[in-house]
Amino acid sequence: MSDYRFIPSKQPVAPFSLLNQDGTLTLASPDTGHELMDFATIKAALRFMVLTRVFDEKATAMQRQGRFGTFSSVRGQEAAVVGSSFALDPARDWIAPQYRELPALLRHGYPLKHFAMYFMGNPRGGAIPNNVNMLPLQISLAAQVPQAVGIGWGLKLQGSDGVAITYFGDGASSEGDIHESLNLAGIMKAPVIFFLQNNGWAISTPREIQTAARSLAERALGYGIHGVTVDGNDLLAVNQVTTQAVARARAGEGPTLIEAITYRTGPHNTADDPTRYVDEAKLAEWITRDPIERIENYLKLQGQWDEAAAAVLREECAVEVDAAMEQARAEAAPGSEALFDFVFAEPPSRMIAQRSQWAERSQWTSREAGV
Amino acid sequence: MSEKTMIEAIRECLRQEMEADERVIIIGEDVGRLGGVFRATDGLQQQFGPSRVVDMPLAEGVIIGSGIGLAISGLRPVVELQFLGFGHQAFHQIGQQVARLRFRSQGRHSLPMVIRSPFGGGVRTPELHSDAFEAYYAHTPGLKVMAPASAYDAKGMLTQAIASDDPILFLEPLKGYRLVKDEVPDERYEVPEGKLRILREGSDITLIAWSAAAVMVNKAAEELAALGIDAEVLDLRSLVPLDVEGIAQSVSKTGRVAVIQEAPFTGGFGSEIIATIQEECFYDLQAPILRITAPDTPYPLGGVEDLYVPDSDRVVAEVTALMRVSP
Repeated sequence: MSDYRFIPSKQPVAPFSLLNQDGTLTLASPDTGHELMDFATIKAALRFMVLTRVFDEKATAMQRQGRFGTFSSVRGQEAAVVGSSFALDPARDWIAPQYRELPALLRHGYPLKHFAMYFMGNPRGGAIPNNVNMLPLQISLAAQVPQAVGIGWGLKLQGSDGVAITYFGDGASSEGDIHESLNLAGIMKAPVIFFLQNNGWAISTPREIQTAARSLAERALGYGIHGVTVDGNDLLAVNQVTTQAVARARAGEGPTLIEAITYRTGPHNTADDPTRYVDEAKLAEWITRDPIERIENYLKLQGQWDEAAAAVLREECAVEVDAAMEQARAEAAPGSEALFDFVFAEPPSRMIAQRSQWAERSQWTSREAGV
Repeated sequence: MSEKTMIEAIRECLRQEMEADERVIIIGEDVGRLGGVFRATDGLQQQFGPSRVVDMPLAEGVIIGSGIGLAISGLRPVVELQFLGFGHQAFHQIGQQVARLRFRSQGRHSLPMVIRSPFGGGVRTPELHSDAFEAYYAHTPGLKVMAPASAYDAKGMLTQAIASDDPILFLEPLKGYRLVKDEVPDERYEVPEGKLRILREGSDITLIAWSAAAVMVNKAAEELAALGIDAEVLDLRSLVPLDVEGIAQSVSKTGRVAVIQEAPFTGGFGSEIIATIQEECFYDLQAPILRITAPDTPYPLGGVEDLYVPDSDRVVAEVTALMRVSP
């Protein structure tokens, strides 16, 4: 037998965590070199977590009634998405999302109404306000990741200290774009946070079928970049790890791959039936590690939160979600101009002619239908 | 004004655009210290530095994908895809992402991005260096596709493409890089987008081609003239936008058409031109439209490449035969 060793032989690093499920700190005095999130910031973060929990429930119910399209909820992963997004400065940092990161987009400034419109089939919902630094939702897995590298690299070339964060999952981590992007980001020392939400599933395909690697974060080693594993249901730990990665990126120290260990406690999307493949016992265990309960437990132990405050927050979020859904429904679907708008800055003459043809055709169709 | 090869014209354009606008940045494989495998970027890294003329790792997907990000961040990337045959490694980034980002973001993100790529045959390359894959891209909504045939157009069209806020696939005939040589102004100028060029006026038949094929067809037209056939030659310059009016004007005058492409027969861009002609000027036609293309087979190795790519002998023979049955 040879003595060749290609990977470190020691055990993989355990995910970094700060909070136990009961709200106590994992260490009496967390010696991490950084302050914990303060209570006001935690409450602001909790609001986004609860808001999207309520939204996911409402949207799922509406989808069952045919009033909302197929969409993927963030249920169970709220701490990973919100904790990381709170490490960003919306004024200078960019988000390149996949499609399961609603609270990060809201915190960055994307309107909830637009998200709802998008999943009601209204293309105007895709509109990103001019001061909101994000890419559109990305259905093609990992395709946003090379773009995030370009954004971070471009900001650096132009002398900005902004960073780009990109979200993707354990399923997308198998795509070639991930390899190419981690590699390029390392070469360019691009200020990019690769935020990998390992939620255990890619529709029905478990993490074990994505890779034989024992850890996804360890891949960072092969690209010469920084890698870290964090408990994805721990708001404080996720925020701290991401804050450090952002600081490194701003300081010119290059990219970080963060693997957040979490679990998709809902279906892949509203068309999915996870009872066909998910292990019930494992799911039940993960539900006991709910990220919202965990941070609420912490706040309660600190004398910052109680059931009454939690009830008020849920009620406020329900009102906000209902209002956004109503506003989205009230937006009339656009006509055929929406097929042509924004395809080109300067459309070819043939497309301009088609725009007119389709406008006439819409009238004709309406007359025929007696509308 | 002086005579320049196409590669010199392209290089001059890139240098002038980089001098005029510091947002212009070149990325690609071997574009820096080597100056590009065809020397399109020769000397530019020395002049502008390694952060504006960037040698990239060999990964076409992230070359295109990071180019998108550079454009979003405020730069104007000119991305070199070393050969169009390597574009399949980046096809998802071009087809799904480059072409649709403006639409998907409802106008939030324009992509002022040019993808330059050599394509087409005739120089005995290894496999996948000579294919004419332009039809895939012309079929992709949201992308403009241009293919100059002269050095003058290469400079003026590339200047226009770099100034455009739309993403443009800029196809350069690798056979023409050094063979094509014509008068090119030293100063900056733009060739307007989407207007074809009449290479030769004639009254008997319209020959339509683009890129290297247009140069070849123009030579065929001279041979046809010696045989008493007065051919008009159109160089399309741009596939998207397509100059429908320019095509229709010529066909209405001549009544006969041959479309010549290096790409295979089925589903090539020539098919689109023929469909357009029958929509625009069916009743002006005096003969069936000729389609002169490669066969529906993969691009071969160099020893048989001349049998594959249409040449002027074939154009002369097929056009002469058509004129015999439709005098």
